Amino acid sequence: MQLRVRALETILTEKGYVDPAALDLLIETYEKKIGPRNGARVVAKAWVDPLYRRWLFEDGAAAVGSLGYGGNKSEHLIALENTPAVHNIVVCTLCSCYPWSLLGLPPLWYKSAPYRSRAVADPRGVLLEFGVDLPKNVEICVWDSTSEIRYLVVPMRPAATDGWREECLADLVTRESMIGTGLPKQVDEVAR
Amino acid sequence: MNGAADMGGMHGFGPVQVEPNEAVFHADWERRIFALNNAAGASGAWTLDAFRQTRESIPPPEYLSLSYYALWVVSLENLMIEHGLATAEEIAAGRSLGPANPVATKASAAAIARMIARGTPYDRPPPGLAKFKTGDRVRAKNMHPKTHTRLPRYVRGHVGVIARVDGCHVFPDSNAIGRGDDPHWLYTVRFDGRELWGENSDPTASVSLAAWEPYLEPL
Repeated sequence: MQLRVRALETILTEKGYVDPAALDLLIETYEKKIGPRNGARVVAKAWVDPLYRRWLFEDGAAAVGSLGYGGNKSEHLIALENTPAVHNIVVCTLCSCYPWSLLGLPPLWYKSAPYRSRAVADPRGVLLEFGVDLPKNVEICVWDSTSEIRYLVVPMRPAATDGWREECLADLVTRESMIGTGLPKQVDEVAR
Repeated sequence: MNGAADMGGMHGFGPVQVEPNEAVFHADWERRIFALNNAAGASGAWTLDAFRQTRESIPPPEYLSLSYYALWVVSLENLMIEHGLATAEEIAAGRSLGPANPVATKASAAAIARMIARGTPYDRPPPGLAKFKTGDRVRAKNMHPKTHTRLPRYVRGHVGVIARVDGCHVFPDSNAIGRGDDPHWLYTVRFDGRELWGENSDPTASVSLAAWEPYLEPL
């Protein structure tokens, strides 16, 4: 693959279709700069600021854009509210659609055949593989990313975090908790 | 198309494997192909939906045997040939053998920076009134186009409820085959798990997805 990719890069740059500086920028941005920390800050703000929370559920793209986390692959965004009665989980059965500007590039498992094939048909079984065992009466809403709308799960705020600052709360928000295959860390899992 | 990419509901792939502390890229060529595809796509030579169609057109035995970014390599080779950016001889030789095709515009670093910051919105002014409203029951059409579509097989023929009206968006089925934006109304449709997966499936589960108006018929 290394040789095949080098061939494509040589042709595309020799013919002037792509700018080498643009390639560097793309790699630098998505490998180093943009990651799940962005989404974690959005969730933490939604936990402490009721007005922001309402805005996030009403107009997700505008609300995340106000924090500088909008843009490529989150142009249209629906935030999904987890509650004691409803748990949301996001998949792209057709490939790998994912809110890049909030979570970075998707992990391998998200793009893999086991997840894509089973998340829609057996979400509870998939959640168990991630160690998430929800009560039997919790409704499970699966969201299949079939359009340019992207989804961000807003998990429930962990117990015993009253008075925590946003920055500390963001440390509890895992990538998986924003996809719906995990839950946020609990207070005893982090050193304060 | 009914290709290998449309995986919802398939059996036999085994449990989900999670790699602890996974790196963003697993090899240098993955970095390069990620950037090359995004930069070449931003040059306007083809659309995002055409990229998807090309990837889904990889024959199922090959599709299922390739890693995620290896699929991108095959797709970029195919797209470059199909859209006249390179010949098969050039790809085999690994270098340019002739002049550039003037259809593509070079995506500069500044243009890529703008794309990252602003994105590429897919909503468009509506061509007419929406046919459905929240709460309407609809059936996903039993359709099997041989070209790109975003209506997965597992919902075709099944009944769901309009949960949201999501505006008017570029229609991938048209955009993928060079017919332009052709915007249509987009809806969130919610399907009960049992409607999709039968009476032995989880009664507490549902699947919601975005479906364009041409995918749906009224009940």
